[in-house]
Amino acid sequence: MAKQIDLLERQRRLAWFLIVPAVFVVFLVIGYPLIQVLLYSVLKYKLDGVTPASFVGLSNYLFILTDPDFWLAVQNTLIFSVCSVTLECVLGLAVALVANSKFKGRSILRVAILIPWAIPTVVSSKIWAWMFNDIYGVVNVLLINFHLISQKIAFLATPATALPVIIAVDVWKTTPFMALLLLAGLGLIPGDLYEAASIDGASKIRQFFSLTLPLVMPTLLVALIFRTLDALRVFDIFYVMVGGQGNMATMAIYNQQWLVSFLDAGIGSAASVIILVIIMVFVVLYTRFSKTSFE
Amino acid sequence: MKDPDSKSSPVLRALFYLLVLVILVFNLFPFLYAVVSSFRPSSELFSTDLIPKSLTFLHYSEIFRDARFVASLINSIIVAGCTVAIALAFGSLCAYALGRLPFRFKGFVLYLVLTMTMFPQISVLSGLFVMLKALNLFNTRQGLIMTYLIFSLPFTIWVMTQYFRSLPRELEEAAYVDGASPLAVFWQVLLPLTVPGLVSTGLLAFIAAWNEFLFALTFTVTDNMKTVPVVISQFSGATSYEQPWGSIMAASMVVTIPLVILVMIFQYRIVAGLTAGAVKG
Amino acid sequence: MLLKKSFTRRNALHLVGSVLAASLIAHTGFGAGVTLRFASDSSGTGGAFIKALCDEWSQKTGNKVEIISRPQDATATLQQYQQYWAAKSGDVDVYQIDVIWQSIAGPHAVDLKKYFKADEISQHFPRIIDNNTVNGKLVSIPWFTDAGTLYYRTDLLEKYGYKEPPKTWEELAEMAKKIQDGERKAGKPDFQGFVFQGKASESVTCNALEWVYSYGGGVIIEPDKKVTINNPNAIKALDTARSWVGSISPAGVVTYGEEEARNVWQAGNAAFMRNWPYAYALGQDPKSAVAGKFDVTVLPKGGDNGKNAACLGGWNLMVSGYSKNPDAAADLVKYLDSADAQKKRAIDLSLLPTLPALYADPEVLAKNPWFKNMVEVFKNAVARPSTVTGADYNQISTAFFQNVNKVLTGGESGKDAVQQVERVGKRLVR
Repeated sequence: MAKQIDLLERQRRLAWFLIVPAVFVVFLVIGYPLIQVLLYSVLKYKLDGVTPASFVGLSNYLFILTDPDFWLAVQNTLIFSVCSVTLECVLGLAVALVANSKFKGRSILRVAILIPWAIPTVVSSKIWAWMFNDIYGVVNVLLINFHLISQKIAFLATPATALPVIIAVDVWKTTPFMALLLLAGLGLIPGDLYEAASIDGASKIRQFFSLTLPLVMPTLLVALIFRTLDALRVFDIFYVMVGGQGNMATMAIYNQQWLVSFLDAGIGSAASVIILVIIMVFVVLYTRFSKTSFE
Repeated sequence: MKDPDSKSSPVLRALFYLLVLVILVFNLFPFLYAVVSSFRPSSELFSTDLIPKSLTFLHYSEIFRDARFVASLINSIIVAGCTVAIALAFGSLCAYALGRLPFRFKGFVLYLVLTMTMFPQISVLSGLFVMLKALNLFNTRQGLIMTYLIFSLPFTIWVMTQYFRSLPRELEEAAYVDGASPLAVFWQVLLPLTVPGLVSTGLLAFIAAWNEFLFALTFTVTDNMKTVPVVISQFSGATSYEQPWGSIMAASMVVTIPLVILVMIFQYRIVAGLTAGAVKG
Repeated sequence: MLLKKSFTRRNALHLVGSVLAASLIAHTGFGAGVTLRFASDSSGTGGAFIKALCDEWSQKTGNKVEIISRPQDATATLQQYQQYWAAKSGDVDVYQIDVIWQSIAGPHAVDLKKYFKADEISQHFPRIIDNNTVNGKLVSIPWFTDAGTLYYRTDLLEKYGYKEPPKTWEELAEMAKKIQDGERKAGKPDFQGFVFQGKASESVTCNALEWVYSYGGGVIIEPDKKVTINNPNAIKALDTARSWVGSISPAGVVTYGEEEARNVWQAGNAAFMRNWPYAYALGQDPKSAVAGKFDVTVLPKGGDNGKNAACLGGWNLMVSGYSKNPDAAADLVKYLDSADAQKKRAIDLSLLPTLPALYADPEVLAKNPWFKNMVEVFKNAVARPSTVTGADYNQISTAFFQNVNKVLTGGESGKDAVQQVERVGKRLVR
C-alpha cells in the first residue's frame, strides 16, 4: 500500500515537472501578444507614427459588427471551412485506408500523397492560379480540347467559380495532412481484431463500419478539430489566388487588411478578438459533441 | 484492414487500383506540370502546348548560382529541424504527463494548449515583433524557431497526448510492478509504442515549419537569415513586375525534394511502427 | 630662461593642438567606414545595377552598403517597412519607397531639403516633387518614374488602315473591335482588342483613375480634401470601361495584373495594351513576338472634351529619420540619384529618369528613341490621392479598386460604385 502511494506521489511530481514549465513559457510568449491585442482593441490607434492613441471603448467592435464586408468575409470563411474540412475528412480517410493496405506500389502512393503538402502554399497557389488562367491555363485548354466548354472560363474572376476552385486547391493540399494523421490512428488498431472479425464472417464493409470507424474516431476528431481551426483562419490561399477582391475575403484577410494595409491597429485588434471568439465557439461545440474528454 | 490481393474479387481489385491511380494523378499532376514548366525555356512558358518543344536546365543553374537561394535552403533545414526536435522532445514528455500521469489541472491545461494553437498568426504578429526585438532575437534563426515553437509545441502536445491516452495500460502496470520509475516507464515502455505518432507528428510539424511564410517574412530581413519560402517569393526579374516563372518552378522542385526524401526514409519507420504497435500478448 | 620655458610650453601646446586637429580631421567627413543599410530591389538586372552603384560609392567614400532585399510585392514591402518605423529602428538607413507612400513615410523621414539645394530639386519633374512634399517636408527624392502608357501595334494599325493611334477611348474601342474581329477570322482565336489591368488591386486603381480623369471626372479626392468621385463623368468612365469587358477585352481581364496583360500582348495576341513603361524593353526582346511592331503613346481622352491621363508611379529614395548616419545616408542617396547614375540606368535598363533634361540627351535617345513620346505622357501625369489621404490612402484605394472591379465584372453599376467610394472617402476626410 505504501508503495502504491509512494508511486502516486512520484508520478504527481514528475507530472508537475514535465508540464508546468513548458506550458508556462509558451503561455507567456503568447500571453504578451494577447494582452496587447485586447488592449489595442479598445483604442483608436493608427500606426502612422503621428496620430495619438485614444480610448474609444467598444466603437471598434461596433464598426466591425456593422460592416457588411466583415459579414461577407465570415460567410466566405464558413462556406470554405465546411466544404473543405468535410471533403478532406472523407478523402483523407479514403486515402489513409488505401495507404494502409498492403499492395504493390504502396510506397509510391505514400510518397505521392505527401507532395502537395510539401510544396509551399505560396507556390502551389500560384501553380494552381496559373493552371486556371483564363487564356493559357491548362485546365481551360484541356476543357476546350475535350469539347466540354465552348469558350474559356475566367475561373478566378467571380466568387461563384473561384470559391470552388479555391476549395479544390485546399483539398488537394491538405488531404495529406488528414491522411497522415488518420494513417497513424489506423496503425494503432490491432490486426488481430480484423482477423477475428473475418473468421466470424463479417464482410469488409461491415468491418469498416463497426470496427474501423469507431476505433479511428478519436484520431478523426483530433484531426477534425485541427483542420477546422486551420480552415477558419485561412489566409495564404485566398491572398495569393484572389487577394484583394472584396467579395472574396476571409476573416483573416479582413483582419490583415485593417491591421497592415489600413494601418489601423485598433480595428485590426478588435477583429482579431472577434475572430478568436468565433473560433472558440467552434472549439466548445466540438468538445461538447465529441467524446474527446479532457480528463 | 483492406487486403485486396488475397480475398476480394477481380472487379473490386480493379476498382481499388483505379482509385489508387486517381489519387496518384490528382496529387501529382500539378507537381508534374510544375516540373515540366521548370525545364521550359522562358519564351515558351506562355504557350498552350502541353508538351514543350525544347528543354533547358537554365533555371536550375540560375537558382543554384544564387547564393541567397542556397543560404535559404540551409536556413530552412536548420530552423525546421530544430523546431521539430525541440517540439517532439518537450512535447512528448509533456504529453506523457498529460496522458498518463495524475495531475489535477489536466482539463485546464489541455484547454489552454488548444487555445494556444488557435491564434490567427496575423494577430500576434506585431506583439511577437516587439518581443523579438526586446530579446535581441530579431533577424536570427533562434528567434524564428521560438516563434515556430509557439504553434508547433501545443500541436505536438495535443496530438501526442491522444496517442499516449490510447495506449493500453497492461504494459505500464507490469513495469511498475517490476519496480520501474515513472520516467523509466516512459522511456522504455511507452515511447517505443508511440513511434508512429512521433513520426507522423514530426513530419507534419517539419513540413509546416518548412513552408511557413508570414513569420519568416516579417522576422528575417537579411539574406543570410531568410528561409526558402521568403526567398522564392522575392525572386524577381529585371523589374519588380516580372515573375521569373521558370526559376520559381525550379526552386519549388528543389525545395520539395528534401521533404520527399524524408518521407521515403521515414515511411519505413511508419511501417515498422505500425506493425510493432500492436500489443502482442 | 623664462622665455625659453614659455616658448617650450607654447610649442607643446601647438604640438598637442595640431595632433588633436589632425586626429579630428582624420575622423570627420563620413567617419572611417560606416555601414549603411539600404532597403531596395536586389534581384535581377535591376538589383545588380543598384549593387554596382553602391559598391562604387563605397569605394569613393570608404563606407559599406548592405542591401536589404525587399519583397517583390509592393504591399508586402510596405508592411516590412512599417515594422521598422513602428519600432523606430535604426536598422535601415535608406529606403526605396513607392510614390504613394509619401504621407505614410513622412513622419519617419528626414527632410531632404536639408541635403538638396533648391536648384537640384527643381531638376526633377515638378509633379513628382509636388507629390513627394508633405506638409512642406520633402520626404523623398524621385529615383525613377513610371506612368500609365498606351501600347499599340503599328503593323496592325497599318494593316487595317489606321494612320494614327486613337485619340479618344471611343476611337480605341472602334479600332480594337475591327482589328480583333479581323485577326480572329484570320485564325487567331485568342486575339484580344485591348488588354489592361482589371485585377482588384492597386493596379486597377491606376487604370480606373486614368479613365475617370480622362473623362473629366476628377481624382476621387482632390488635393483640397473634397470628395469628388460621385459625378456623371466618373460614372460614364466606369460604364465605358465595363463595355469593353467581354467585347474588346477578355472576360478574365478582371484578374489581370501587369504581367498577365503583358503576356497576352507579348505573345502577339493584343492590338492595344495599357501598361507601365517596363514592358517596352521586354517587348523589344528578339524572342518576343511583337519586337519591332509596336510603339507607345499617351492614353486616350474620354471623348473629345476629355483630357489625357497617365497615372503616376515610380520609386523614390528616402533617408530614415532613425538612421544613426543620416549624413552618410544622404550622400549615398545623392550618388544614386545623380544625373550620371540616372542616365546610365536609362541606357542600360531602359528605366525612366526623373530629370526632364535627360529626355533630350542624345545618348539616352539613341538607345531609347521611344523616350521622346514619354515626355508628353509625363506632362499629363495624374497622381493618386495618396498625399491628401495620408495613412488612410489604402482605405480609399481599396474601396475604389474593389468597386471598380465589381463594375467590370458586371456586379455593380457605375452609379452605385461611385456612391460607395464617396461614402468611404467622406468618412476618411472627416
